[in-house]
Amino acid sequence: MNLEFSPEEQAFRDEVRAFIAESYPKHLADFGMREDMEREDFLAWHKILGKKGWSVPAWPVEYGGTGWTPTQRYIWSEENARASTVMPLPFGVSMVGPVIYTFGSEEQKAKHLPGIRSGEVWWCQGYSEPGAGSDLASLKTTAVRDGDHYIINGQKTWTTLAQHADWGFFLCRTDPTAKQQEGISFILIDMKTPGVEVKPIKLLDGGYEVNETWLTDVRVPVENLVGEENKGWTYAKFLLAHERSGIAGVARSKRGVEKLREIAANETAYGEPLIKDFDFAKKVSQLEIDLAALEITELRTLAGEQAGKGPGPESSILKIKGTEIQQRLTELTLEAVGTYGAPFHGGVSNDNSNEHPVGPDYSQYAAATYFNMRKTSIYGGSNEIQRNIITKMILGL
Amino acid sequence: MDFNFTEEQDMVRDGLSRLVREQYDWETRRKAIASAAGWRPEIWAQLAELGILGMPFSEADGGFGGGAVDAMVIMEEFGKGLVVEPFVPTVVCAGGFLKHAGTAAQKEEHIGGIVSGERVFAFAFAEPRGRYDYADLETTAKKDGSGYVLNGHKAVVIGAPWASHLIVTARTGGERRDRSGVSVFVVAKDTAGITTRDYETVDGRRASEVYFENVSVPAEALIGAEGEGLALIELVTDEAIAALCAEACGAMKVAHAMTVEYSRQRKQFGVPIGKFQVLQHRMVDMYTAYETSVSLTYLATLRLGSDEVERKKAVSAAKVGVGQSARLIGQEAVQIHGGNGVTDEYAIGHYFKRLTIFDSEFGNVDHHLKRHVALA
Repeated sequence: MNLEFSPEEQAFRDEVRAFIAESYPKHLADFGMREDMEREDFLAWHKILGKKGWSVPAWPVEYGGTGWTPTQRYIWSEENARASTVMPLPFGVSMVGPVIYTFGSEEQKAKHLPGIRSGEVWWCQGYSEPGAGSDLASLKTTAVRDGDHYIINGQKTWTTLAQHADWGFFLCRTDPTAKQQEGISFILIDMKTPGVEVKPIKLLDGGYEVNETWLTDVRVPVENLVGEENKGWTYAKFLLAHERSGIAGVARSKRGVEKLREIAANETAYGEPLIKDFDFAKKVSQLEIDLAALEITELRTLAGEQAGKGPGPESSILKIKGTEIQQRLTELTLEAVGTYGAPFHGGVSNDNSNEHPVGPDYSQYAAATYFNMRKTSIYGGSNEIQRNIITKMILGL
Repeated sequence: MDFNFTEEQDMVRDGLSRLVREQYDWETRRKAIASAAGWRPEIWAQLAELGILGMPFSEADGGFGGGAVDAMVIMEEFGKGLVVEPFVPTVVCAGGFLKHAGTAAQKEEHIGGIVSGERVFAFAFAEPRGRYDYADLETTAKKDGSGYVLNGHKAVVIGAPWASHLIVTARTGGERRDRSGVSVFVVAKDTAGITTRDYETVDGRRASEVYFENVSVPAEALIGAEGEGLALIELVTDEAIAALCAEACGAMKVAHAMTVEYSRQRKQFGVPIGKFQVLQHRMVDMYTAYETSVSLTYLATLRLGSDEVERKKAVSAAKVGVGQSARLIGQEAVQIHGGNGVTDEYAIGHYFKRLTIFDSEFGNVDHHLKRHVALA
């Protein structure tokens, strides 16, 4: 047992760091908020990585994975966090991709995996509905067979960045008579199909990150069904476990703590740098300690995965702790900027203004990020749902 | 980076697990800690036979060449059974001082006896007014010819009633809280001028107040350089903290498992109380606290050989995180056991007590959070 990096791993880190320094688009360094980003900004790094063969490291090698060890993947995420890169979005790479290569047909693999790898095709997730949040299996969107098509009707919500999406993966009810979980199917929908309508939802931070997606008599060819009809719940759960294991965001949070320390060294409180204020410094240390615990927990989980175990219910721990830490980080960052947390930079008074916003640069996004990150304990299965999963799968109650 | 245990470590775990299960059952333990002796020398002899007491010493010193990870494995099993025998004072603390700074003669004199189980140590460092500052010493060691004369009062010396020898910290120079001027001595407990007042601790162990009145010790009693003992003490106590964190993990694991099992058996409102979500989520939080504690214990253990700042940060992180988890798990375990949790009869309360006292050993959560802030 040891925490040291081997010479080969050090060399890998050097290689990765050099590649990022050389290839990462300069104009996308240290992006503040994704609300300010254009479609191509999201995809730029993904496309570069696709060409390099590094866009889907965790996939099996036969589908384009890199075959990296968990330690190499850890180094990869650390180096990306260090450079604050805009990483490929999870919807294709970590969500639908693994479902397709695990349960999909050969035709589906051939059709969809290349676009996910290359970053040419943007995917979105159609899971939640207005009436089906934590109780996802109560979803009401229906897919009715009509010859070699499904006719889909219903309303999905919280569809992240669907305004840019080319394709979506949707959970639809195909057997209304079966028990809730047993009548659901996993269907791929081309977002340009007639009857698909995406309406933005304005969020607390002023941005439009999520949408309502309306499906009205949408005709989808049956070959877009993944796996078996009515087995969609199994695939949905498989996907969520994959989603959760990447959700801890350890490397990003470590970078966030460094930035927080920089801010607190720059801010003044009672005539001294804020970081010298023991009450504040204590909270930063506590956060760092909890983050260290999470980091080792994630590495232990990755090591278990390498030993042949897929992401299991332990990933729920990573989701709970990881999102709690992300939220505390943004909370402390907002606390650190003090009164300059209040100005709103997206309002009408700022429209068409060429003036530099008030307050230090690092204060610009503090409140918006704090508001935005409240989502993390709600999405991907709320942290309460994660506790239900651990109760059932680990405690056996 | 590697999180696997070696085959030898798996064997040590299995062997100790069997010993605890077969010979350290709850009733036997209860009788032993209530007996006049308060411990079981025959268990100690078996630990020697199994090679546990010689684990961390190099083969050249007569040990088995183990390391911090071996100590972690051992302590986790001790924690599961609430083993009271003084492995940390004798093997981790006294053993640590001898290993890191002992002269050839001191190693020759003491290590063989530790490995064979014949020599038991206690570590006399705390003082009534020193709290968690190892340099805040009123005990003095004054030069007298080639030797020293010790005077002072050491507080809550764990395992001292069972010990034949003591490791003692004392001031040989400087002012009360100076970093320099702290020295470490090894003395036989029956040396003239040493008196003790022995008592039980709330978590089932034994301890003493140890008084030194003009205790003459030879120059050979000094471990390490005179006046420069503080860095050594910090190293050895960091090793002790990592070991205690592993013990706490073992105790937390059992306390959590007992609580989940109890919630399956105990019925109220016609159903097992484990069906109530309000309790389920609390038991999940206990489980998460246990898992993150294991992670921090790994971190501390694997950083014991790192540079001083890295080591201290990792050890303090663990003492803070494991301390907080120990409090949470101990209190919640009692709460979910209801009235039975506060009885002497149920084992859970005794796990709670051990987890409670763990926090104050070698610095509590606040102390180590402060140390972490100072090092950040």
